[in-house]
Amino acid sequence: MEIFQVEHARKWMKATNERIQEKKQELTELDQAIGDGDHGINMARGFREVMTKLDGETYQHVADVMKDVAMTLMSKVGGAAGPLYGTAFLKLSMAFKGQDVDYPLFTKGMEDAVAGVKQRGKSEVGEKTLVDVWSAVLEKLQENDHFDGSLMLDTAKAAMENTKETMATKGRAAYLKERSIGHLDPGSVSSFYLFESLAGVIREGV
Amino acid sequence: MAYAGIVLISHSPKVVEGIKDIIRQVNQDVAIELAGGTDDNQIGTSIDKILKAIERADEGKGVLLVYDLGSAKMNAEMAVEMTDREHIKIVEAPLIEGAYVASVEAGMGKSVDEIIATLEREF
Repeated sequence: MEIFQVEHARKWMKATNERIQEKKQELTELDQAIGDGDHGINMARGFREVMTKLDGETYQHVADVMKDVAMTLMSKVGGAAGPLYGTAFLKLSMAFKGQDVDYPLFTKGMEDAVAGVKQRGKSEVGEKTLVDVWSAVLEKLQENDHFDGSLMLDTAKAAMENTKETMATKGRAAYLKERSIGHLDPGSVSSFYLFESLAGVIREGV
Repeated sequence: MAYAGIVLISHSPKVVEGIKDIIRQVNQDVAIELAGGTDDNQIGTSIDKILKAIERADEGKGVLLVYDLGSAKMNAEMAVEMTDREHIKIVEAPLIEGAYVASVEAGMGKSVDEIIATLEREF
């Protein structure tokens, strides 16, 4: 893949939605262990609405797809994931605005997205939040110089699995302190599905 | 007389209704608008509800937003960034106590900034 196009963005969201719907129960159970138990339901509702929105529109630029994803997630998700994922996609949209999304621009968008999510959640790497997965993916994008689906998949997976041994210091799980250790962070797991889906689109290529 | 308004933001619609009842017992003048729960009244918060509540609560003197947990604050922050109104500020105090003190202060005709200063001293 050279240029990330509207069709890729659509496939990315479609694949993500399918994974989230499939894994709704798993995400809910993970969140019941260390959070408020609504992550699966919230994400499933949010991405279902995203697909309804995207299927009813035609787009010229990837930025416009990202913007509709952002606005839909912000208003439909309900939990903390809404403003966090919403901010990430809004930052992607702003970075991509009116341009063809080549590798450097995609990486720039991801830099802005990670900075936006950190700012919104007042969170840094290592606090057992979705920032852990997003930052790891960003770091590999910055080190590399072309789209690499396998690298993205492996990176996101390792970062997601790492959250299991981390103690939460942000989000609802932080109230549990040491008891949060031994459980995967639900936001990192849903972020893994997002990047797993993107990696699939990248590997499929054109 | 116009007062600074108050928006109560909670994950639960019942929580904000209850707090409004408590405040109304002592103050009937200040605008208290509610943004509890998601768009379909499930547990969660809604940026749309917060934005609409700000519109209703603003009499021209601005609005104080009081919130409960995590995502409520994030959605409140986004609402502040998205609204084009002025003097819309987030209160950093426990929801019930903060809302109560804010409403008493607002009822005395104080500005949003004066009320925020009082709350910072109190909590």
